Amino acid sequence: MVNELSVNSTTENLSLIREFIKSNAKNVGFTEEAINKIVLAVDEACTNVIKHAYKYSVSGQINISVSFVQGKFSVVITDSGIHFNPNAIPEPDLQLYHQQRKSGGLGVFLMRKLMDEVNYENLNDNRNQVVLVKYLS
Amino acid sequence: MAEFNVNVRESGHIKILELQGYLDAHTAPDLEAAFTKLVDNNQFKVVVNFNDLNYISSAGLGVFMAYVETMRDNMGDIKFANMKDSVFNIFDLLGFPSLYEFFNDENEAVKKFDVIDGTVKAE
Repeated sequence: MVNELSVNSTTENLSLIREFIKSNAKNVGFTEEAINKIVLAVDEACTNVIKHAYKYSVSGQINISVSFVQGKFSVVITDSGIHFNPNAIPEPDLQLYHQQRKSGGLGVFLMRKLMDEVNYENLNDNRNQVVLVKYLS
Repeated sequence: MAEFNVNVRESGHIKILELQGYLDAHTAPDLEAAFTKLVDNNQFKVVVNFNDLNYISSAGLGVFMAYVETMRDNMGDIKFANMKDSVFNIFDLLGFPSLYEFFNDENEAVKKFDVIDGTVKAE
């Protein structure tokens, strides 16, 4: 199974993205709790694309592709914006974060907590890709 | 588009923010505007009622982080009440429970302010 969604990079589309992910995760049989986790992780990833890769420019494209193979639910999100490599960002010290009133970076932290795999990659054709994976146990 | 609403009402000298719907990067500016208005009006004691909030992402959590110190610096606070488990879990993942007060019921949160203010004698 492979399903795709392509949307412009505006926060207005986050609810559409969430609905798309929700129905796909539901179809393969995840529990409501797991669906909520996947939906939030994808929201955070797409919010980062809108904010950091496209700097809120609405003309950017976000492509989302969902597949389910051998118990692995994978969400592949690609964009053609500015390169962003959160692999270099260490896990934040939450206590310090609160003290400094920082909230940037929490999205990546959440994605890693909510999903089984989070992999960022810069593709050859100047695109960025993040793959979020959840195992159906 | 997902719906989000902030309704502000009063309980004595405490402001109650009722959140409804979906709080994400698209709707977080609405919550930010509500907090800015409170600060502008020197209202620093706030209880946020989450009863009708179905969803929150880090963009929403960031709003509370941005305003809580301002409230506390002015003898106030932001207290959370009536949160669904699914929403609380996200606050929990991000370490909020050690820094913010959560209440099952809005009245308990209001009472906590009153106890501090001396309006109600602590039991």
